[in-house]
Amino acid sequence: MMSTGSKWHRSTDTTLGRALDGILTSPKATVGAILTLFLVLTAIFGPWLAPQNPYDLGAIDFFDARLPPMSPSMNGSIYLLGTDGQGRDMLSAMIYGLRTSIAVGLLSGVVALVVGTALGMVAAYVGGRVDALIMRLVDLMLGLPAILVALMLLAMLGQGVWKVIFALVLVQWAQFARAVRAAALVERNKEYVEAAVSLGLSRPRILFGHMLPNCLPPIIVVGTLQVASAISAEATLSFLGIGLPITEPSLGLLIANGYKVLLSGQYWISVYPGLLLLILVFSINVVGDRLREVFNPRFLGR
Amino acid sequence: MTVFILRRLLQSAGVLLATSVIVFLGVYAIGNPADILIAADATQLERQSAIVALGLDRPLIEQYWIFLSNALRGDFGRSFVFNQPAISLILARLPATLELALVALIIALVVGIPLGLVSGLKPNTLVDETIMTGSILGFSLPNFWQGMMLIMIFSVWLGWLPAGGRGDTAQVLGITTSLLSWDGLTHLILPATNLALFNLALVIRLTRTGVREIMPLDFIKFARAKGLTERRIVLVHVLKNIMIPVVTVVGMEFGSIIAFAVVTETIFSWPGIGKLLIDSIMLLDRPVVVSYLLVVVFMFVIINLLVDIAYSLLDPRIRLRDTQ
Repeated sequence: MMSTGSKWHRSTDTTLGRALDGILTSPKATVGAILTLFLVLTAIFGPWLAPQNPYDLGAIDFFDARLPPMSPSMNGSIYLLGTDGQGRDMLSAMIYGLRTSIAVGLLSGVVALVVGTALGMVAAYVGGRVDALIMRLVDLMLGLPAILVALMLLAMLGQGVWKVIFALVLVQWAQFARAVRAAALVERNKEYVEAAVSLGLSRPRILFGHMLPNCLPPIIVVGTLQVASAISAEATLSFLGIGLPITEPSLGLLIANGYKVLLSGQYWISVYPGLLLLILVFSINVVGDRLREVFNPRFLGR
Repeated sequence: MTVFILRRLLQSAGVLLATSVIVFLGVYAIGNPADILIAADATQLERQSAIVALGLDRPLIEQYWIFLSNALRGDFGRSFVFNQPAISLILARLPATLELALVALIIALVVGIPLGLVSGLKPNTLVDETIMTGSILGFSLPNFWQGMMLIMIFSVWLGWLPAGGRGDTAQVLGITTSLLSWDGLTHLILPATNLALFNLALVIRLTRTGVREIMPLDFIKFARAKGLTERRIVLVHVLKNIMIPVVTVVGMEFGSIIAFAVVTETIFSWPGIGKLLIDSIMLLDRPVVVSYLLVVVFMFVIINLLVDIAYSLLDPRIRLRDTQ
């Protein structure tokens, strides 16, 4: 850590500083973080970057359907990654799919983080029956495979963006709750909490103003890894045909479209969106893995 | 030991009861059970008689009692599509899924434990870095896409292995299996690999962490001082101690292997319960969906019970603590 210079040295006092320092001291994590940032920016500015709007019926030409990569289009431009069954430019469809995938993954991750963190903090601080009840629920949720719960829920509810987000939140909040509770239990017995109590601060203020900042490390780690798994889970559900509707095509749906023509050799329709999904999830996971290493007390001093 | 098993049995029964309440509420209270359990193309008269026959005109508690007692007798209703009892559809396809899941689990363990051992014994070397990056890749590869790539490479391009189906099966003791014929085995390789990959990555990590925690401990130093060979220390003493976390987590993961078999079976047209589930969801064949859920949860509970027993056999401290 010394070799990174005094500039980073000062920033390691805060949790976010430590996280940033941890990422920058690992070449692998740095590459992962840069890739993630690049993909997020691509998603945000997608409509301005994509060669065509793949969902504007006026822009696509059915005669251009299923062209291999690098084919020229009817109007002279080049389809870098080929076209799909409707004659859409694959690259543009992928950029739009990336937007949907990241938005759904991030949104469900954030909601699960808020719900799980709140419940975990309350369980640790209040204790007793409330704690027992919340933890029983956590055990139940973690005991069942996430994909199965989401699958059954969507089988009952039907398709839809908000239904998918709801299902993803439901299967993810318990991870946060468990991690936050464990961290908060340690914090609760520290002197600064005692000091805050004797100062007569209100419970919410102690919980969220004083203890929460000290519970950030596990929240950051679990949050990073959960966003990756949410993106992956959404893609899986959409591939199975019970996730996002056809009007909101995520990367998973693009891959599903290519599945039907894979055996006839038109590989590009599913290979490229899949590669993009893989790079996205892998980059986030590499960063998350590094953060876990940085923040895990078991690795300290080794 | 008996006290321990009895206690676990009671807990398992509790979990099953809780699940039955949740499934019941999901089907009967949130949705309209008449829509879920009666085929959409039923006439008004058929609908009325079905409502009476299913007891949907009675109070909720009484309905739950009927649901529970039917479920206990293995009666989950009839499939709209196949017009057979839903449970017999599930049971007929269960062996195919179990076979796939078991082979996937074996692949994960046989490949994952040695890789994790190597990685943990040589931490922070190039080999370790490569294996660990590979395991993150294993976690990140979307299961369904990875399966499609296997098909593309090994079936479409190279033409070595079939792209789907179960191949020739043989009957052993009344169970149909693909394991005994060459054709069956070639059909099994790709789907089992597809299903194994995620857990392979998990086993690598668990083993590596276990090795790194155990190596600095005193009993390893003692074994070295006693003059045991490094080979014996690793293969006997270290391996024995990492089996506890590996068995627990892998046992728990067997449930999620069965859940993920839904994806694998869909891609490889493997005729198991996962493919049946997706087909049933698409065809709105709710009784099959409901019985799938209950059967799978029942299996989870049994597996967790077996894992707990295995766990207590491997680590006597747990058994002792629990019976006191």
